[in-house]
Amino acid sequence: MTGSGPLVLSAAPLQQRAEVLTVKRIGAYHHLTLVAPGVAERFRPGHFAALAVGGPDTALLLRRAFSIYRVKSSGVYGGTVEVVFAVTGPGTAWLAARAPHERVDVVAPLGRPFALPKEPVPCVLVGGGYGSAPLFSLAERLRERGCGVHIVLGAGCEQRLFGTREAKRSAGSVLVTTEDGSVGTRGRVTDVLPELVTGTGAGVVYACGPMGMLAAVAEIAESAGAWSQCAVEEAMACGIGVCMTCVLPVVGEDGRTRMVRSCVEGPVFRGDRVRWSALGSVPADALGAPRWGGP
Amino acid sequence: MSVSVDPDAVDLQVEVAGRRLPNPVMVASGCAAAGRELQAFFDVADLGAVVTKSIMVDPRAGRPTPRMAETPSGMLNSIGLQGPGIDAFLATDLPWLVSSGARPIVSIAGSALGEYAELARRVGHSPGVVAVEVNISCPNVNNRGLVFACDPYQAAKVLAVVRRDVPRDIPVFAKLSPDVTDLVTVAEAVMDAGASGLAMINTLLGIAMDPLTLRPVLGGVTGGLSGPAIRPVALRCVWQVHQAMPEVPILGIGGVRTGADALEFLLAGASAVQVGTVIFSDPSAPVRVITELRSELATRGFTSPAQVVGLAHTPAAQASAAHDLDPLRVT
Repeated sequence: MTGSGPLVLSAAPLQQRAEVLTVKRIGAYHHLTLVAPGVAERFRPGHFAALAVGGPDTALLLRRAFSIYRVKSSGVYGGTVEVVFAVTGPGTAWLAARAPHERVDVVAPLGRPFALPKEPVPCVLVGGGYGSAPLFSLAERLRERGCGVHIVLGAGCEQRLFGTREAKRSAGSVLVTTEDGSVGTRGRVTDVLPELVTGTGAGVVYACGPMGMLAAVAEIAESAGAWSQCAVEEAMACGIGVCMTCVLPVVGEDGRTRMVRSCVEGPVFRGDRVRWSALGSVPADALGAPRWGGP
Repeated sequence: MSVSVDPDAVDLQVEVAGRRLPNPVMVASGCAAAGRELQAFFDVADLGAVVTKSIMVDPRAGRPTPRMAETPSGMLNSIGLQGPGIDAFLATDLPWLVSSGARPIVSIAGSALGEYAELARRVGHSPGVVAVEVNISCPNVNNRGLVFACDPYQAAKVLAVVRRDVPRDIPVFAKLSPDVTDLVTVAEAVMDAGASGLAMINTLLGIAMDPLTLRPVLGGVTGGLSGPAIRPVALRCVWQVHQAMPEVPILGIGGVRTGADALEFLLAGASAVQVGTVIFSDPSAPVRVITELRSELATRGFTSPAQVVGLAHTPAAQASAAHDLDPLRVT
């Protein structure tokens, strides 16, 4: 690749018709493992995978994008990639119904991963629902760098938590919240987060989950003087940067707000850069915003 | 009956409006950005041409999200022509395309005639541009926001100013909207105004409702429908215009997913095809379509795409007779 433009692909993604190894049910979610050689070598925590759904003649044209949960570089199956998802429509229902040895077209790894701290600072990792999936490989990388890792997992109920047992293995401390109080502290992750961030002296707060949670986490981190790294979930059509559907308003180094693609410029953004309150709109001061109302 | 030939005997080269291209498969405007993101999946130089996302004079933020809705065999989009503006495009995107060996067809869009003229001048005088495609499916600020493409007179005015400012040796294609009462009238108007050929079709205007909010899904309310769902409409448009003006070069666009789909467009009268929305589903689709088209032609005994352009307009018996007389046929 040549060129001097603003686009920097962090890793060349691979497209392959991957064999399904397993589809397992975990609580309210599904855990899909695909044989996809080459992904692990390119993977960094925070990358995502875009899966085609419905088979070759499907009426469902758009890819489904999921954070990568785990990768394995080799072993018996020659490299695997794993994702966790909830069935929310016909596309994810099709994925959940796959049997071993069937094929799923996957493009991975995609996107910009979580930025890692240069110093061994304490880090807090926050996952909402199955948004916790990418945090475990992140925890591993952080520990390798000598960072203390604290995990907060939250969901509506116990069924919608993902990875509580794994969190206990990969973190120095784990807090769990559920809105119905079925397990852990009753409430939301943001109820326990400020104290944890301050108490641990966290340098970075990493988060993945619903937009509302990310906005709140970014604010908590900011007021505690910590950096935040938020993996957003915007609806995507392609996942590779060509369709321009997954944009959100983000403030650049130059102070200008631009509508940027969450697939190639994200999905991980610095929390203080995202205009959370303007999601779903084009702020009037954004580069190229309509000058006279417009359609 | 035709006898199949070895796929290697098929020469996919085509000549479209005086431009020789290695094959008749392009990527459609708005579905490939400026080509660079697709380089991870295939060499963009392998395409017949890369049609860029429509470029406007100024940077443009586009419409609010949600910007897309999946629909049966297609999607609605309401991007609102988000783009970096002509300065950044000429500084970064176009040089990259040229240096990568791709053949860029630059799509331009404006909201007033003066903008089209400025874009035509600047794009037309940039090195490496193979052709200009004029997106006239934009609201005209000087005509109550009515889309240029929906009015033969306004559409022709745009093509006239673009033709005037683009050097003669660079073909100018008008991209037509199917959302008109009589497409042939619009096609004739833009050809009379100096267009070298037609690109058809742009998306169809559509809308989708959100079952949760009970409101339109798209932030922009309405959006453009694309994908295999619109292929029969696109084929009908190509068919009608080719029938009325068989000498006019047509770039066929609308739901091309396979080489067989591309063949359908050639049969209806297109000289080349563009692969669009299917890229979102399969980023390597454009090169797959090239390979598949080669084998679709070979299976039927054709050695060049030109042999099938408009073939469906000739009666079946005559079609096979004409084919038997083809001097290029390899037996």
